[in-house]
Amino acid sequence: MLPPAPAPHLLLDADGIEAVVARLAEAIAARHPRSWPALIGIERRGVPLAQRVAARLVALDPARGAPLLGSLDISLYRDDLAALPTVPQLRGSRIDFDVDGAQVILFDDVLYTGRTIRAALDELADFGRPARVELAVMLDRGCRELPIHADYVGLVHATAPGDYVRVRLAETDGADAATVGQKEDAR
Amino acid sequence: MSIPRRKDLLSIAPLASEEIELVLANAAHFKALFQRRVKKVPTLRGRHVLTLFYEPSTRTLSSFEIAASRLSADVTNFSVSTSSVVKGESILDTIETLEAMQVDYIIVRHSASGVASLIARHSKASVLNAGDGWHAHPTQALLDAFTLREIWPDLTGRRIVIVGDLLHSRVARSTSTIFHRLGAEVAVLGPGTLVPDTRWDWLRKFRTFDEVMQWRPDVVYLLRIQSERLGADPFFPSLGEYHRHYGVTDERFARIAAEGVYIMHPGPVNRGVELVDAVMSYDRCLINQQVENGIATRMACLHWLQPGAPPA
Repeated sequence: MLPPAPAPHLLLDADGIEAVVARLAEAIAARHPRSWPALIGIERRGVPLAQRVAARLVALDPARGAPLLGSLDISLYRDDLAALPTVPQLRGSRIDFDVDGAQVILFDDVLYTGRTIRAALDELADFGRPARVELAVMLDRGCRELPIHADYVGLVHATAPGDYVRVRLAETDGADAATVGQKEDAR
Repeated sequence: MSIPRRKDLLSIAPLASEEIELVLANAAHFKALFQRRVKKVPTLRGRHVLTLFYEPSTRTLSSFEIAASRLSADVTNFSVSTSSVVKGESILDTIETLEAMQVDYIIVRHSASGVASLIARHSKASVLNAGDGWHAHPTQALLDAFTLREIWPDLTGRRIVIVGDLLHSRVARSTSTIFHRLGAEVAVLGPGTLVPDTRWDWLRKFRTFDEVMQWRPDVVYLLRIQSERLGADPFFPSLGEYHRHYGVTDERFARIAAEGVYIMHPGPVNRGVELVDAVMSYDRCLINQQVENGIATRMACLHWLQPGAPPA
Protein backbone atom coordinates (compact mmCIF):
# COMPACT_ATOMS: atom_id res chain seq x y z
CA MET A 1 0.00 0.00 0.00
CA LEU A 2 1.11 3.50 -0.75
CA PRO A 3 1.66 5.76 2.22
CA PRO A 4 -1.01 8.46 2.50
CA ALA A 5 -0.22 11.50 0.39
CA PRO A 6 1.11 14.44 2.34
CA ALA A 7 -1.25 17.35 2.83
CA PRO A 8 -0.89 20.14 0.26
CA HIS A 9 2.03 22.33 1.15
CA LEU A 10 1.38 26.05 1.54
CA LEU A 11 3.58 28.07 -0.81
CA LEU A 12 2.08 31.49 -0.20
CA ASP A 13 -0.40 32.68 2.39
CA ALA A 14 -2.42 35.87 2.00
CA ASP A 15 0.51 38.06 3.08
CA GLY A 16 2.82 36.17 0.74
CA ILE A 17 0.47 36.80 -2.17
CA GLU A 18 0.28 40.51 -1.34
CA ALA A 19 4.08 40.63 -1.22
CA VAL A 20 4.24 38.94 -4.64
CA VAL A 21 1.80 41.50 -6.07
CA ALA A 22 3.96 44.30 -4.65
CA ARG A 23 7.15 42.78 -6.10
CA LEU A 24 5.56 42.39 -9.54
CA ALA A 25 4.39 46.02 -9.47
CA GLU A 26 7.81 47.31 -8.44
CA ALA A 27 9.57 45.34 -11.16
CA ILE A 28 7.11 46.57 -13.77
CA ALA A 29 7.47 50.18 -12.62
CA ALA A 30 11.26 49.88 -12.77
CA ARG A 31 11.21 48.55 -16.31
CA HIS A 32 8.56 51.03 -17.51
CA PRO A 33 9.67 54.39 -16.12
CA ARG A 34 7.67 56.65 -18.42
CA SER A 35 4.19 55.29 -19.16
CA TRP A 36 2.30 52.28 -17.93
CA PRO A 37 1.91 49.35 -20.25
CA ALA A 38 -1.57 47.89 -20.71
CA LEU A 39 -2.24 45.03 -18.29
CA ILE A 40 -4.19 42.08 -19.70
CA GLY A 41 -5.21 39.29 -17.35
CA ILE A 42 -5.81 35.75 -18.57
CA GLU A 43 -9.08 34.32 -17.25
CA ARG A 44 -9.69 33.48 -14.56
CA ARG A 45 -7.07 34.35 -11.93
CA GLY A 46 -4.86 36.41 -14.18
CA VAL A 47 -7.66 39.00 -14.24
CA PRO A 48 -7.75 39.87 -10.52
CA LEU A 49 -3.94 39.62 -10.46
CA ALA A 50 -3.69 42.29 -13.18
CA GLN A 51 -6.21 44.44 -11.29
CA ARG A 52 -4.24 44.20 -8.07
CA VAL A 53 -0.98 45.04 -9.80
CA ALA A 54 -2.72 48.00 -11.49
CA ALA A 55 -3.81 49.33 -8.09
CA ARG A 56 -0.23 48.98 -6.81
CA LEU A 57 1.16 50.82 -9.83
CA VAL A 58 -1.23 53.71 -9.22
CA ALA A 59 -0.08 53.82 -5.58
CA LEU A 60 3.58 53.83 -6.67
CA ASP A 61 3.13 56.72 -9.10
CA PRO A 62 -0.28 58.40 -8.89
CA ALA A 63 0.77 61.09 -11.38
CA ARG A 64 0.79 58.57 -14.19
CA GLY A 65 -2.87 57.62 -13.76
CA ALA A 66 -4.23 54.11 -14.01
CA PRO A 67 -2.96 51.59 -16.58
CA LEU A 68 -5.32 50.24 -19.21
CA LEU A 69 -6.84 46.90 -18.20
CA GLY A 70 -8.13 44.03 -20.27
CA SER A 71 -8.92 40.34 -20.02
CA LEU A 72 -8.46 37.32 -22.25
CA ASP A 73 -10.53 34.14 -22.15
CA ILE A 74 -8.37 31.81 -24.21
CA SER A 75 -10.95 28.97 -24.33
CA LEU A 76 -11.52 29.38 -28.07
CA TYR A 77 -7.77 29.35 -28.75
CA ARG A 78 -6.95 26.14 -26.90
CA ASP A 79 -5.63 23.23 -28.90
CA ASP A 80 -7.47 20.57 -26.92
CA LEU A 81 -11.20 21.28 -27.37
CA ALA A 82 -11.80 17.88 -28.95
CA ALA A 83 -10.54 16.18 -25.79
CA LEU A 84 -12.62 18.17 -23.28
CA PRO A 85 -15.33 15.95 -21.81
CA THR A 86 -17.52 18.78 -20.55
CA VAL A 87 -18.97 21.82 -22.24
CA PRO A 88 -16.57 24.74 -21.75
CA GLN A 89 -18.25 27.74 -20.20
CA LEU A 90 -16.97 30.84 -21.95
CA ARG A 91 -16.21 34.06 -20.10
CA GLY A 92 -15.35 36.26 -23.02
CA SER A 93 -12.40 38.56 -23.62
CA ARG A 94 -12.47 42.28 -23.03
CA ILE A 95 -9.94 44.59 -24.57
CA ASP A 96 -11.53 48.01 -25.00
CA PHE A 97 -8.43 49.79 -26.24
CA ASP A 98 -6.36 49.74 -29.39
CA VAL A 99 -3.73 47.02 -29.16
CA ASP A 100 -1.81 48.19 -32.24
CA GLY A 101 1.56 49.55 -31.15
CA ALA A 102 0.74 49.11 -27.45
CA GLN A 103 3.08 47.90 -24.71
CA VAL A 104 1.24 44.95 -23.16
CA ILE A 105 1.86 42.76 -20.12
CA LEU A 106 -0.04 39.49 -19.92
CA PHE A 107 -0.86 38.18 -16.43
CA ASP A 108 -1.52 34.64 -15.29
CA ASP A 109 -1.46 33.03 -11.88
CA VAL A 110 0.67 29.96 -12.64
CA LEU A 111 3.13 29.43 -15.50
CA TYR A 112 3.29 25.70 -16.27
CA THR A 113 3.44 24.15 -19.74
CA GLY A 114 3.28 27.49 -21.54
CA ARG A 115 0.33 26.40 -23.66
CA THR A 116 -2.04 28.93 -22.11
CA ILE A 117 0.40 31.72 -22.91
CA ARG A 118 0.78 30.45 -26.47
CA ALA A 119 -3.01 30.61 -26.84
CA ALA A 120 -3.14 34.07 -25.25
CA LEU A 121 -0.51 35.38 -27.67
CA ASP A 122 -2.53 33.99 -30.59
CA GLU A 123 -5.69 35.65 -29.34
CA LEU A 124 -3.95 38.94 -28.63
CA ALA A 125 -2.68 38.99 -32.21
CA ASP A 126 -6.30 38.86 -33.40
CA PHE A 127 -6.98 42.11 -31.53
CA GLY A 128 -4.03 43.89 -33.10
CA ARG A 129 -0.26 44.12 -33.30
CA PRO A 130 1.26 45.20 -29.99
CA ALA A 131 4.69 46.84 -30.05
CA ARG A 132 5.84 44.54 -27.26
CA VAL A 133 4.33 41.82 -25.09
CA GLU A 134 5.70 40.79 -21.70
CA LEU A 135 4.51 38.15 -19.27
CA ALA A 136 3.98 38.42 -15.51
CA VAL A 137 3.08 35.41 -13.37
CA MET A 138 2.55 34.89 -9.68
CA LEU A 139 4.16 31.47 -9.68
CA ASP A 140 6.49 29.71 -12.10
CA ARG A 141 6.27 25.97 -11.45
CA GLY A 142 8.48 24.82 -14.34
CA CYS A 143 7.64 21.86 -16.62
CA ARG A 144 7.49 23.96 -19.79
CA GLU A 145 6.38 22.25 -23.00
CA LEU A 146 6.92 25.31 -25.18
CA PRO A 147 9.74 27.87 -25.43
CA ILE A 148 8.02 30.47 -23.27
CA HIS A 149 9.37 32.39 -20.28
CA ALA A 150 8.04 35.05 -17.95
CA ASP A 151 9.49 38.56 -17.66
CA TYR A 152 8.17 39.08 -14.13
CA VAL A 153 7.90 36.16 -11.70
CA GLY A 154 6.55 36.40 -8.16
CA LEU A 155 7.87 33.05 -6.98
CA VAL A 156 9.72 30.16 -8.61
CA HIS A 157 8.86 26.72 -7.26
CA ALA A 158 9.99 23.68 -9.25
CA THR A 159 7.41 20.90 -9.39
CA ALA A 160 6.90 17.56 -11.09
CA PRO A 161 4.41 17.31 -13.96
CA GLY A 162 1.87 15.41 -11.87
CA ASP A 163 1.94 17.84 -8.96
CA TYR A 164 -1.11 19.88 -8.26
CA VAL A 165 -0.49 23.61 -7.88
CA ARG A 166 -3.39 25.75 -6.89
CA VAL A 167 -3.63 29.50 -6.50
CA ARG A 168 -6.68 30.92 -4.81
CA LEU A 169 -7.54 34.58 -4.93
CA ALA A 170 -10.19 36.34 -2.89
CA GLU A 171 -11.95 37.65 -6.02
CA THR A 172 -12.38 34.20 -7.56
CA ASP A 173 -12.07 31.77 -4.65
CA GLY A 174 -12.95 33.68 -1.50
CA ALA A 175 -9.44 33.72 -0.01
CA ASP A 176 -5.79 34.19 -0.97
CA ALA A 177 -3.43 31.18 -0.89
CA ALA A 178 -1.08 29.19 -3.11
CA THR A 179 -0.55 25.50 -2.41
CA VAL A 180 1.27 22.59 -3.98
CA GLY A 181 0.38 18.96 -3.48
CA GLN A 182 1.23 15.64 -5.03
CA LYS A 183 -0.99 14.06 -7.61
CA GLU A 184 -3.12 12.17 -5.07
CA ASP A 185 -4.34 15.48 -3.66
CA ALA A 186 -5.79 16.52 -6.98
CA ARG A 187 -9.48 16.91 -6.73
CA MET B 1 -21.18 23.57 -13.64
CA SER B 2 -19.81 20.68 -15.64
CA ILE B 3 -22.08 19.23 -18.27
CA PRO B 4 -20.95 16.26 -20.37
CA ARG B 5 -20.80 17.12 -24.04
CA ARG B 6 -23.24 15.44 -26.38
CA LYS B 7 -22.49 14.01 -29.76
CA ASP B 8 -25.53 15.27 -31.63
CA LEU B 9 -28.14 18.00 -31.60
CA LEU B 10 -31.31 16.48 -33.00
CA SER B 11 -34.15 18.22 -31.16
CA ILE B 12 -34.83 20.46 -28.18
CA ALA B 13 -36.93 18.06 -26.12
CA PRO B 14 -34.13 15.83 -24.72
CA LEU B 15 -31.88 18.73 -23.70
CA ALA B 16 -31.34 19.43 -20.02
CA SER B 17 -32.16 22.96 -18.94
CA GLU B 18 -28.51 23.45 -17.93
CA GLU B 19 -27.43 22.58 -21.46
CA ILE B 20 -29.81 25.12 -22.97
CA GLU B 21 -28.62 27.77 -20.52
CA LEU B 22 -24.96 27.08 -21.19
CA VAL B 23 -25.35 27.18 -24.97
CA LEU B 24 -27.31 30.44 -24.77
CA ALA B 25 -24.68 31.94 -22.44
CA ASN B 26 -21.84 30.84 -24.71
CA ALA B 27 -23.67 32.17 -27.79
CA ALA B 28 -23.45 35.66 -26.30
CA HIS B 29 -19.66 35.33 -26.20
CA PHE B 30 -19.58 34.14 -29.80
CA LYS B 31 -21.71 37.13 -30.78
CA ALA B 32 -19.20 39.44 -29.08
CA LEU B 33 -16.54 38.14 -31.49
CA PHE B 34 -18.42 39.83 -34.36
CA GLN B 35 -17.28 43.20 -33.00
CA ARG B 36 -13.62 42.28 -33.30
CA ARG B 37 -11.41 43.11 -36.24
CA VAL B 38 -10.73 39.40 -36.69
CA LYS B 39 -14.13 37.71 -36.34
CA LYS B 40 -12.64 34.26 -36.65
CA VAL B 41 -11.30 32.03 -33.85
CA PRO B 42 -9.16 28.89 -34.30
CA THR B 43 -11.44 26.68 -32.17
CA LEU B 44 -12.23 24.08 -34.85
CA ARG B 45 -9.03 24.36 -36.87
CA GLY B 46 -8.39 21.11 -38.69
CA ARG B 47 -11.98 19.93 -38.19
CA HIS B 48 -14.25 19.28 -41.09
CA VAL B 49 -17.91 20.26 -41.31
CA LEU B 50 -20.07 18.76 -44.02
CA THR B 51 -23.43 20.24 -44.95
CA LEU B 52 -25.94 17.77 -46.32
CA PHE B 53 -29.09 19.55 -47.41
CA TYR B 54 -31.69 17.41 -49.12
CA GLU B 55 -34.06 20.39 -49.15
CA PRO B 56 -33.23 23.76 -50.61
CA SER B 57 -32.14 26.37 -48.10
CA THR B 58 -30.16 29.53 -48.43
CA ARG B 59 -30.37 31.12 -45.03
CA THR B 60 -29.84 28.18 -42.74
CA LEU B 61 -27.14 26.75 -44.98
CA SER B 62 -25.24 30.04 -45.20
CA SER B 63 -25.68 30.61 -41.49
CA PHE B 64 -24.10 27.24 -40.67
CA GLU B 65 -21.34 27.81 -43.25
CA ILE B 66 -20.47 31.18 -41.74
CA ALA B 67 -20.62 29.75 -38.21
CA ALA B 68 -18.28 26.89 -39.16
CA SER B 69 -15.84 29.13 -41.00
CA ARG B 70 -15.71 31.64 -38.12
CA LEU B 71 -14.62 28.68 -35.98
CA SER B 72 -11.90 27.93 -38.59
CA ALA B 73 -13.42 24.59 -39.60
CA ASP B 74 -13.21 23.47 -43.19
CA VAL B 75 -16.65 23.33 -44.76
CA THR B 76 -17.77 21.15 -47.62
CA ASN B 77 -21.20 21.24 -49.12
CA PHE B 78 -22.30 17.72 -50.08
CA SER B 79 -24.46 18.98 -52.86
CA VAL B 80 -27.37 16.61 -52.89
CA SER B 81 -29.04 17.75 -56.07
CA THR B 82 -25.91 17.05 -58.11
CA SER B 83 -24.75 13.99 -56.19
CA SER B 84 -25.43 10.34 -56.52
CA VAL B 85 -28.51 10.85 -54.35
CA VAL B 86 -30.38 11.78 -57.49
CA LYS B 87 -28.97 8.61 -59.01
CA GLY B 88 -30.81 6.63 -56.37
CA GLU B 89 -28.24 6.18 -53.59
CA SER B 90 -29.95 5.40 -50.30
CA ILE B 91 -29.36 7.48 -47.21
CA LEU B 92 -27.51 4.62 -45.54
CA ASP B 93 -25.18 4.33 -48.52
CA THR B 94 -24.60 8.05 -48.37
CA ILE B 95 -23.76 7.74 -44.67
CA GLU B 96 -21.16 5.08 -45.44
CA THR B 97 -19.63 7.43 -47.97
CA LEU B 98 -19.55 10.23 -45.40
CA GLU B 99 -17.99 7.95 -42.79
CA ALA B 100 -15.22 7.12 -45.24
CA MET B 101 -14.64 10.86 -45.71
CA GLN B 102 -14.05 11.14 -41.94
CA VAL B 103 -15.81 14.43 -41.44
CA ASP B 104 -16.27 15.62 -37.84
CA TYR B 105 -19.65 17.34 -38.08
CA ILE B 106 -22.60 16.71 -40.39
CA ILE B 107 -25.30 19.34 -40.73
CA VAL B 108 -28.34 17.76 -42.26
CA ARG B 109 -31.67 18.95 -43.57
CA HIS B 110 -34.22 16.55 -45.00
CA SER B 111 -37.91 16.60 -45.83
CA ALA B 112 -38.49 13.40 -43.84
CA SER B 113 -38.67 13.46 -40.04
CA GLY B 114 -36.01 11.35 -38.36
CA VAL B 115 -33.33 11.42 -41.05
CA ALA B 116 -30.92 13.40 -38.86
CA SER B 117 -31.25 10.89 -36.07
CA LEU B 118 -30.80 8.00 -38.53
CA ILE B 119 -27.53 9.54 -39.70
CA ALA B 120 -26.48 10.23 -36.09
CA ARG B 121 -26.94 6.56 -35.17
CA HIS B 122 -24.77 5.41 -38.05
CA SER B 123 -22.02 8.01 -37.91
CA LYS B 124 -19.22 8.86 -35.52
CA ALA B 125 -19.52 12.48 -36.63
CA SER B 126 -21.57 14.94 -34.60
CA VAL B 127 -24.88 15.48 -36.37
CA LEU B 128 -26.72 18.79 -36.19
CA ASN B 129 -30.31 18.67 -37.34
CA ALA B 130 -30.95 21.69 -39.55
CA GLY B 131 -34.58 20.70 -40.03
CA ASP B 132 -36.16 17.29 -40.59
CA GLY B 133 -39.62 17.23 -42.11
CA TRP B 134 -42.25 18.51 -39.70
CA HIS B 135 -40.27 17.31 -36.71
CA ALA B 136 -37.57 19.64 -35.39
CA HIS B 137 -35.28 22.56 -36.11
CA PRO B 138 -33.36 22.91 -32.86
CA THR B 139 -30.84 25.58 -33.86
CA GLN B 140 -33.72 27.83 -34.95
CA ALA B 141 -35.29 27.36 -31.51
CA LEU B 142 -32.02 28.17 -29.76
CA LEU B 143 -31.43 31.30 -31.82
CA ASP B 144 -35.02 32.43 -31.22
CA ALA B 145 -34.61 31.92 -27.48
CA PHE B 146 -31.27 33.74 -27.58
CA THR B 147 -32.88 36.66 -29.44
CA LEU B 148 -35.62 37.05 -26.84
CA ARG B 149 -33.19 36.60 -23.94
CA GLU B 150 -31.33 39.65 -25.26
CA ILE B 151 -34.51 41.64 -24.62
CA TRP B 152 -35.66 39.90 -21.44
CA PRO B 153 -33.02 38.02 -19.43
CA ASP B 154 -35.90 36.04 -17.92
CA LEU B 155 -38.75 34.90 -20.18
CA THR B 156 -40.95 33.78 -17.29
CA GLY B 157 -44.50 34.95 -17.88
CA ARG B 158 -43.71 36.54 -21.26
CA ARG B 159 -46.49 35.87 -23.76
CA ILE B 160 -45.56 34.60 -27.19
CA VAL B 161 -48.04 33.70 -29.90
CA ILE B 162 -46.96 31.66 -32.90
CA VAL B 163 -49.04 32.37 -35.98
CA GLY B 164 -49.41 30.35 -39.14
CA ASP B 165 -49.07 26.83 -40.46
CA LEU B 166 -48.38 24.94 -37.28
CA LEU B 167 -49.09 21.54 -38.78
CA HIS B 168 -46.14 21.47 -41.16
CA SER B 169 -43.82 23.58 -39.05
CA ARG B 170 -40.76 22.10 -37.41
CA VAL B 171 -39.91 25.66 -36.40
CA ALA B 172 -43.15 25.91 -34.43
CA ARG B 173 -42.55 22.57 -32.75
CA SER B 174 -38.99 23.33 -31.64
CA THR B 175 -39.45 27.00 -30.89
CA SER B 176 -42.65 26.60 -28.86
CA THR B 177 -40.90 23.86 -26.88
CA ILE B 178 -37.94 26.03 -25.95
CA PHE B 179 -40.08 29.09 -25.14
CA HIS B 180 -42.17 26.91 -22.84
CA ARG B 181 -39.06 25.42 -21.25
CA LEU B 182 -37.76 28.91 -20.53
CA GLY B 183 -40.94 29.85 -18.73
CA ALA B 184 -42.85 31.79 -21.37
CA GLU B 185 -46.59 31.41 -21.97
CA VAL B 186 -47.00 30.10 -25.50
CA ALA B 187 -50.07 30.31 -27.71
CA VAL B 188 -50.81 29.49 -31.32
CA LEU B 189 -53.07 30.93 -34.00
CA GLY B 190 -53.70 29.50 -37.44
CA PRO B 191 -56.31 28.09 -39.79
CA GLY B 192 -58.07 25.16 -38.15
CA THR B 193 -56.75 22.88 -40.89
CA LEU B 194 -53.17 23.85 -39.97
CA VAL B 195 -53.33 23.67 -36.18
CA PRO B 196 -52.67 20.10 -35.09
CA ASP B 197 -54.05 18.55 -31.95
CA THR B 198 -51.28 18.28 -29.41
CA ARG B 199 -50.99 16.74 -26.02
CA TRP B 200 -49.23 19.86 -24.83
CA ASP B 201 -51.72 21.19 -22.30
CA TRP B 202 -49.57 24.29 -21.83
CA LEU B 203 -50.19 25.42 -25.41
CA ARG B 204 -53.02 27.93 -25.65
CA LYS B 205 -54.98 28.03 -28.92
CA PHE B 206 -56.64 31.10 -30.37
CA ARG B 207 -59.11 31.31 -33.21
CA THR B 208 -58.78 34.93 -34.26
CA PHE B 209 -56.17 37.66 -34.27
CA ASP B 210 -58.52 39.76 -32.11
CA GLU B 211 -58.42 37.13 -29.37
CA VAL B 212 -54.64 37.12 -29.64
CA MET B 213 -54.40 40.87 -29.18
CA GLN B 214 -56.79 40.78 -26.23
CA TRP B 215 -54.40 38.31 -24.59
CA ARG B 216 -51.77 41.11 -24.83
CA PRO B 217 -48.83 39.15 -26.22
CA ASP B 218 -45.25 40.38 -25.87
CA VAL B 219 -44.19 38.71 -29.12
CA VAL B 220 -45.98 37.74 -32.31
CA TYR B 221 -43.96 35.00 -34.01
CA LEU B 222 -45.02 34.65 -37.64
CA LEU B 223 -44.36 31.37 -39.46
CA ARG B 224 -43.70 31.31 -43.15
CA ILE B 225 -46.46 29.94 -45.32
CA GLN B 226 -44.56 27.11 -46.98
CA SER B 227 -46.29 26.72 -50.30
CA GLU B 228 -43.97 23.81 -51.10
CA ARG B 229 -45.36 21.83 -48.16
CA LEU B 230 -48.99 22.65 -48.73
CA GLY B 231 -48.99 21.02 -52.15
CA ALA B 232 -52.35 20.91 -53.85
CA ASP B 233 -54.33 20.44 -50.62
CA PRO B 234 -56.75 23.31 -49.92
CA PHE B 235 -55.73 24.09 -46.33
CA PHE B 236 -57.03 27.63 -46.78
CA PRO B 237 -58.80 29.31 -49.70
CA SER B 238 -56.08 31.72 -50.87
CA LEU B 239 -53.00 33.63 -49.76
CA GLY B 240 -55.07 36.79 -49.74
CA GLU B 241 -57.60 35.24 -47.43
CA TYR B 242 -54.81 33.92 -45.22
CA HIS B 243 -53.40 37.42 -44.99
CA ARG B 244 -56.79 38.88 -44.04
CA HIS B 245 -57.29 36.40 -41.22
CA TYR B 246 -53.80 35.56 -39.95
CA GLY B 247 -51.41 38.09 -41.46
CA VAL B 248 -50.12 41.27 -39.90
CA THR B 249 -52.23 43.69 -41.96
CA ASP B 250 -51.84 47.47 -41.83
CA GLU B 251 -54.56 47.72 -39.18
CA ARG B 252 -53.10 44.97 -37.02
CA PHE B 253 -49.63 46.41 -37.42
CA ALA B 254 -50.87 49.79 -36.14
CA ARG B 255 -52.12 48.07 -32.99
CA ILE B 256 -48.99 45.93 -32.62
CA ALA B 257 -46.75 49.00 -32.93
CA ALA B 258 -48.91 51.02 -30.53
CA GLU B 259 -48.63 48.28 -27.92
CA GLY B 260 -44.91 47.74 -28.51
CA VAL B 261 -45.29 44.06 -29.39
CA TYR B 262 -42.19 42.42 -30.89
CA ILE B 263 -42.36 40.61 -34.23
CA MET B 264 -40.33 37.54 -35.13
CA HIS B 265 -40.20 35.43 -38.28
CA PRO B 266 -37.77 32.63 -39.20
CA GLY B 267 -37.52 33.87 -42.80
CA PRO B 268 -37.73 34.08 -45.66
CA VAL B 269 -40.69 36.43 -45.44
CA ASN B 270 -43.60 36.37 -47.88
CA ARG B 271 -44.44 40.06 -47.95
CA GLY B 272 -48.14 40.67 -48.24
CA VAL B 273 -48.91 37.22 -46.82
CA GLU B 274 -47.52 36.89 -43.26
CA LEU B 275 -46.96 40.62 -42.94
CA VAL B 276 -47.14 43.94 -44.76
CA ASP B 277 -44.00 45.76 -45.92
CA ALA B 278 -44.10 48.34 -43.15
CA VAL B 279 -43.36 45.66 -40.53
CA MET B 280 -39.89 45.12 -41.96
CA SER B 281 -38.77 48.59 -40.88
CA TYR B 282 -40.49 48.43 -37.46
CA ASP B 283 -37.92 48.93 -34.68
CA ARG B 284 -39.32 45.96 -32.74
CA CYS B 285 -39.15 43.65 -35.73
CA LEU B 286 -36.45 41.14 -34.72
CA ILE B 287 -36.00 39.38 -38.06
CA ASN B 288 -32.52 40.76 -38.74
CA GLN B 289 -31.39 40.07 -35.18
CA GLN B 290 -32.58 36.49 -35.64
CA VAL B 291 -30.27 36.18 -38.64
CA GLU B 292 -27.23 37.62 -36.85
CA ASN B 293 -27.94 35.61 -33.72
CA GLY B 294 -28.31 32.48 -35.83
CA ILE B 295 -24.61 32.56 -36.64
CA ALA B 296 -23.57 33.06 -33.01
CA THR B 297 -25.94 30.36 -31.78
CA ARG B 298 -24.74 27.87 -34.40
CA MET B 299 -21.14 28.59 -33.42
CA ALA B 300 -22.11 27.80 -29.83
CA CYS B 301 -23.70 24.53 -30.99
CA LEU B 302 -20.64 23.42 -32.98
CA HIS B 303 -18.44 24.31 -29.99
CA TRP B 304 -20.72 22.35 -27.65
CA LEU B 305 -20.91 19.02 -29.49
CA GLN B 306 -18.18 16.43 -29.37
CA PRO B 307 -17.61 14.21 -32.39
CA GLY B 308 -17.07 10.62 -31.30
CA ALA B 309 -18.87 11.04 -27.97
CA PRO B 310 -21.27 8.21 -27.16
CA PRO B 311 -24.66 8.80 -28.82
CA ALA B 312 -27.50 9.77 -26.45
